[in-house]
Amino acid sequence: MNSISSMNTTTTTTKASPMTETKISARNVQVYYGEKHALRDVSIEIRPRSVTAFIGPSGCGKSTFLRCLNRMNDTIDSCRVEGHILIDGENIYDAKVDPVQLRAKVGMVFQKPNPFPKSIYENVAYGPRIHGLARKKSELDDIVAASLQKAGLWNEVKDRLHESGTGLSGGQQQRLCIARAVAVSPEIILMDEPCSALDPIATAKVEELIHELRTNFTIVIVTHSMQQAARVSQRTAMFHLGLLVEENDTDKMFTNPDDQRTQDYIMGRFG
Amino acid sequence: MTDLTVTGASALAPRGKSLLELDERTRRRNAAETRFRMMGLVAVLVGVFVLVFLLGSILSNGLSSFRQTYISLDIFLDPAKLDKGGKRDPAEIAKVTTFGYAPLIEKAMADAMAAKGVTGDGVSAKAAGELISKEAAADLRRYVLAHPQAIGTTVNFDLLASGRIDGYYKGRVTMESAKLDRNISPAQLQLADKLKSAGILVTHFNWGFFTAPDASDTRPEAAGLGVAILGSVYMMVIVLVLSLPLGVAASIYLEEFAPQNRFTDLIEVNIANLAAVPSVVFGILGLAAFINFAGLPQSAPVVGGLVLTLMTLPTIIIATRAALKSVPPSIRDAALGVGASKMQAIFHHVLPLAMPGILTGTIIGLARALGETAPLLLIGMVAFVRDYPAGPPEGFFDPASALPVQVYNWTQRGDPAFIERASGAIIVLLVFLILMNLSAIILRRRYERRW
Repeated sequence: MNSISSMNTTTTTTKASPMTETKISARNVQVYYGEKHALRDVSIEIRPRSVTAFIGPSGCGKSTFLRCLNRMNDTIDSCRVEGHILIDGENIYDAKVDPVQLRAKVGMVFQKPNPFPKSIYENVAYGPRIHGLARKKSELDDIVAASLQKAGLWNEVKDRLHESGTGLSGGQQQRLCIARAVAVSPEIILMDEPCSALDPIATAKVEELIHELRTNFTIVIVTHSMQQAARVSQRTAMFHLGLLVEENDTDKMFTNPDDQRTQDYIMGRFG
Repeated sequence: MTDLTVTGASALAPRGKSLLELDERTRRRNAAETRFRMMGLVAVLVGVFVLVFLLGSILSNGLSSFRQTYISLDIFLDPAKLDKGGKRDPAEIAKVTTFGYAPLIEKAMADAMAAKGVTGDGVSAKAAGELISKEAAADLRRYVLAHPQAIGTTVNFDLLASGRIDGYYKGRVTMESAKLDRNISPAQLQLADKLKSAGILVTHFNWGFFTAPDASDTRPEAAGLGVAILGSVYMMVIVLVLSLPLGVAASIYLEEFAPQNRFTDLIEVNIANLAAVPSVVFGILGLAAFINFAGLPQSAPVVGGLVLTLMTLPTIIIATRAALKSVPPSIRDAALGVGASKMQAIFHHVLPLAMPGILTGTIIGLARALGETAPLLLIGMVAFVRDYPAGPPEGFFDPASALPVQVYNWTQRGDPAFIERASGAIIVLLVFLILMNLSAIILRRRYERRW
């Protein structure tokens, strides 16, 4: 599936000048669902400690590509990925890579808030526990508290850590999911339309949170809302019909895109 | 946009009919709905009526089996008859057969009648003794063998009355039928009435029905469900222990790990088919595989349990797979997303959430297995078993009966008293089934989660 023959050359190119520092580097990624060619030839560089937004009409492959970055597509039987995706210069589709280890490094927040039907504490503590990040109960307590603080949820839930996570409001649940992702100290956080199920106030809170998380994490976010992409991201990538149409600085993308299709999409002419 | 306004305008135009009167079409639709509702109601009522009738007939026939007529006697355990050596040597005492005990009972009966001033009125002492079940002497002997130190003392016993006397007080035997009956005469029934008013003949709750083993055709009064209940419990234990882990493991593999290919499709189709295989076929399979090939003993709960396990597995697998499927994929994603392995995601998150469904399916499968008769007939559990199986695990290999088989057995017997026994056994079986289904409902209610 993935040849590692060109690994070395690719590695050298990705470790280029500090100006274009790269966290994730995708090279000619092809994704097939059975016979369907869902993603064609996607190549993109994602910078560390920044927010990159993927936009595009439904079914364009942006979520598919996002799920390639932590190999969540492995769970789909018919899905096949070709090409290279390098994180810190290592090919994550190498046969030696265990997706479990990868997902500890690349966390994910999903479209619909999906807390475990357990207590708030257990929700956050689950990841650190399975990865053995805490040796003592007190360490685990610290990780849970710190993660909830980073997710801006601590003040709202600190008195009811042992109540069910599913009893929170939608926005709180989504921030709980972010805290859960943060708790395993990943380097990259993938967000698949994290605000699509939230009301505007909860959305604003999550966006603010993304802004803060940017200082420590590399964030890739898929969004249907152009305004959201413009608000939260530094770089934006536009997908259309399985192709990466354009990737650019967000400012440029929304004012003067290079590609006509991007222009049309942003103006609302299709999609 | 212009198109829309035009159609909108035409829709607003009056149709020429008032809303206050029903048009033909609406009237017909309403009539059809009413007809359909009535049909549904009739179907439900028919179902309820049949159920009530069924339960009513079972209860009216069977409830009486929970009460039994006894004759309460003070019996002097004569050492001269029971232990001639006087050494209280169990081997020596065991040499006295049931026939040796009958005279003691007869004598106690005569004494009791004399003490209470009941006269036989032409009923001989032997005929008076016939009011007592033939089983009573055996019961007495068992008691003496268990308590040899009681020899020489006088002990009060509630001895089983004979089936005909018991039937007389349950309305099964009448003076008219007694005239034609070789086993009982009207004079004996009159004597029974006198004994009843003298307080010698008593009626109370029939514990023996739940503890005693089966009895022969001529002693319906002594027949109980002890061996059958024990056999059924043993089989349920085997079914539960084997089918739950096997079924859940198979389901998890098929649902979560197995690749989608022709082979797994074939397995799936066959599991669905197995669930529909008539249970008697499993009996033949059990006979061929477990008894003829593996050489396990006949009539043993272990064979019954294995056969019922095979029968229950498809049910459990189907229920478990449905329960696993009903856990939203978002939970799996969430677990995998924080770096849980597939197995951790399943065992930490999916399985606990699927547990109520799995347990409900298992209990319903067990309930079905509990009521299953046909396969047990083929593996020899229909045999007449009077000895209790030993305690587990050796008892799994001892001959035993099962509740539904006992019902089947009793309905085959000639004595009408067995109709009452069979109905009583059905009530016991139904109570077990209701309890199991109830626990399934409670489990479901308690642990069901909504997303």
